[in-house]
Amino acid sequence: MSDFMRLEHVTRTFGGGALSTKPPIVAVDDVSLSIDEDEPKITTIAGESGSGKTTLARLLMGTITPSFGSMYYRGKDFTKLSRKDSWNFKQEVQSIYQDPFGSYNPFYKVDHVLETPINRFKLATSRQAKNTMIEDALAMVGLQPGDTLGRFPHQLSGGQRQRVMVARALLIKPRLILADEPVSMVDASLRATILDSIRRLNREIGISVVYITHDLTTALQISDNILVMYRGSVVESGAVERVILEPKHPYTQLLIESIPQPDPDNKWGDEPPTARFEDFDTMFGCKFADRCPHVMEMCADEHPPQFHLEQHRQAQCYLYRDEAKVMEDPDLATIFQDRRAELNV
Amino acid sequence: MVTTEQDARPDVASNADDYALRVEGLKVYYGTPRGLVKAVDDVSFNLRPGERFALVGESGSGKSTLAMAIMRLTREPGHIAGGHIYLGDRDLVEMEEKEIRSIRLSEMALVPQGAMNSLNPVMRVGDQIIDGIMDHVPPGEGTPNRTQLNTRIHDLLVRVGLDPTVSRLHPHELSGGMKQRVAMAIAISLNPHIIVADEPTSALDVVVQRQIMQTLGRLQEGLDAAVLLVGHDMGLVAQFADTIGVMYAGKLVEVGSVPDVFKDPKHPYTKLLIQSLPSFDISRQFVGIPGMQPALLNLPPGCAFNPRCPSVHERCFREVPEYLNLDVGRGVACHLFDEEAAN
Ligand SMILES: Nc1ncnc2c1ncn2[C@@H]1O[C@H](COP(=O)(O)OP(=O)(O)OP(=O)(O)O)[C@@H](O)[C@H]1O
Ligand SMILES: Nc1ncnc2c1ncn2[C@@H]1O[C@H](COP(=O)(O)OP(=O)(O)OP(=O)(O)O)[C@@H](O)[C@H]1O
Ligand code: SF4
Ligand code: SF4
Ligand SMILES: [Mg+2]
Ligand SMILES: [Mg+2]
Repeated sequence: MSDFMRLEHVTRTFGGGALSTKPPIVAVDDVSLSIDEDEPKITTIAGESGSGKTTLARLLMGTITPSFGSMYYRGKDFTKLSRKDSWNFKQEVQSIYQDPFGSYNPFYKVDHVLETPINRFKLATSRQAKNTMIEDALAMVGLQPGDTLGRFPHQLSGGQRQRVMVARALLIKPRLILADEPVSMVDASLRATILDSIRRLNREIGISVVYITHDLTTALQISDNILVMYRGSVVESGAVERVILEPKHPYTQLLIESIPQPDPDNKWGDEPPTARFEDFDTMFGCKFADRCPHVMEMCADEHPPQFHLEQHRQAQCYLYRDEAKVMEDPDLATIFQDRRAELNV
Repeated sequence: MVTTEQDARPDVASNADDYALRVEGLKVYYGTPRGLVKAVDDVSFNLRPGERFALVGESGSGKSTLAMAIMRLTREPGHIAGGHIYLGDRDLVEMEEKEIRSIRLSEMALVPQGAMNSLNPVMRVGDQIIDGIMDHVPPGEGTPNRTQLNTRIHDLLVRVGLDPTVSRLHPHELSGGMKQRVAMAIAISLNPHIIVADEPTSALDVVVQRQIMQTLGRLQEGLDAAVLLVGHDMGLVAQFADTIGVMYAGKLVEVGSVPDVFKDPKHPYTKLLIQSLPSFDISRQFVGIPGMQPALLNLPPGCAFNPRCPSVHERCFREVPEYLNLDVGRGVACHLFDEEAAN
């Protein structure tokens, strides 16, 4: 096993400087995670809006640095990369941003987005090879070149803009794709097609993928493992089918129960419990304590550790303190499963 | 003459004025160097007060174009090439820009697609909400004072599941879903008759999504406002909407009540759409609807769905199917139903 990237006890806070009266926002709270190159996996990050998913992706992307903890790229300290390593990193890690409406330079045609990386990373040797490359990448996301090329970004629909960004990442064929809600504006059918392309690239040419999504159905379909985040912490993680089909952490349970069913006879039940902002004292204890139906006295005292519930799963919840041990190595990837053999494509 | 029996039926408006919105034969085209993109092509439907109408369909099928046209926010090179949009008895298509602006402020609210990118980057969230409210103070009513405004902001933020302290932050300090919720808070602050929401929850986890849709639902019921929800999440549509309209390549190809369309889809595209709904069954093949979406600049002759349709027949290559009314509030545009509709 060789680590492509490794985060060790990474915490990222915003605000709350010496002059500020407000406490800082802890967007990512003590996360250890490595991304392995020999067994390239698809890892889903799901969780509450505002829980730190994009922040975690931006850390992996190198656009922000940890407030505490360390980060390594191919074993090298991320803060001390040589120029050559930085250049390689920029090619090896590609991201698809959450907001396709903010991802484009409005003055350039869409073609620019696709041509730039080809030129920059010298991916094609001739004009023709370049065109083929672009057309292939567009086909993978269900776009017709004739309906897409030669247009300005505002001339495309939301889903089309999103798909061009996916095509761009696929075309570069990096080692790691960080996809932040890459298909949130695309219908289910097309979603299946696009995610299938991503999965094929993962299996065939060994691209690791971090897939941030609110769509747990597709997470289950394409990923090997999942991290569920809540207010900066990874409250549950491990084998995707275990976590989604049999959630253990009370937040994950709430999340799975709330998935809207495409069945008009099976309507949403009562109001979901929402945070009580007034009296939330989750400073020291479990962050979910103010909403948790199983809350116990001990939950308020100290933040729960990562309980290793079964081979491929951990959960940060005291409900499991008797049946499970605390994880020795906090690196979440140590409990990940490799589903490639089982889900052959 | 309208019978009382009909009046009692929820899906029948007894005359045209009872609709909150009527769209008739609407066409919205984009002029491009390579030809006209007919993004909305002869679309008609009605919205009753209090109705929740969901517009679904493939990416690029014209949903946002339609939503923007209803707000009269179509931008160059787009233009309304025909049809009418009646708000009560006033045709928005015919209206002067000045008039339409006052209607937009007082009667219609929009949550645009990509709303998280629509906030002003240099303004605090609270001030943006205030701006929205101030723009919409009805003439003759006194402007609210600072304390009233603060209470209002507090209330709106809590309603969309945000911590009230968010009002002091700038958009770049918020997550994608938080920005989307701010846009939603601005829209619901205005007490509109018609709410057009274009994928308002695409960046939200399902717990927050449920909370927001329930908030929107309660608000809308209180105002008896009609909601046009654009989205592709069939789960959300099943939970929230009363009526569903399916678009394909610029045309509305099917309309019906949510239970009818889910249980008995008529159009072959809708059928495939319902069948391809993802589920937690991992053993199932993970496939979309076969075939490529058509290029709007180069639609096949006849029915635009003919290259992908499992029920395609000879007539489908010759004639564009007309939209046929099968029942009250139920219709389809497909040659398979030509005879049924004729009877
Ligand atoms: N640049 C920033 N300055 C201040 N606070 C920030 C900044 N970026 C993120 N935050 C805060 O960090 C927290 C996590 O944000 P993040 O964008 O990572 O959430 P997310 O999980 O991606 O949410 P979503 O699903 O809504 O996109 C939020 O509370 C947000 O307000
Ligand atoms: N300014 C423009 N010029 C030319 N074509 C355009 C323009 N704006 C949109 N289009 C095209 O019109 C069609 C409809 O776009 P629209 O944004 O309405 O789709 P949509 O159904 O909302 O899709 P999505 O679900 O992806 O948001 C698309 O094929 C798009 O490429
Ligand atoms: S630690 Fe306690 S409060 Fe937190 S999720 Fe578990 S039971 Fe609930
Ligand atoms: S008109 Fe013909 S091609 Fe079009 S949907 Fe109906 S059967 Fe299929
Ligand atoms: Mg995000
Ligand atoms: Mg759209």
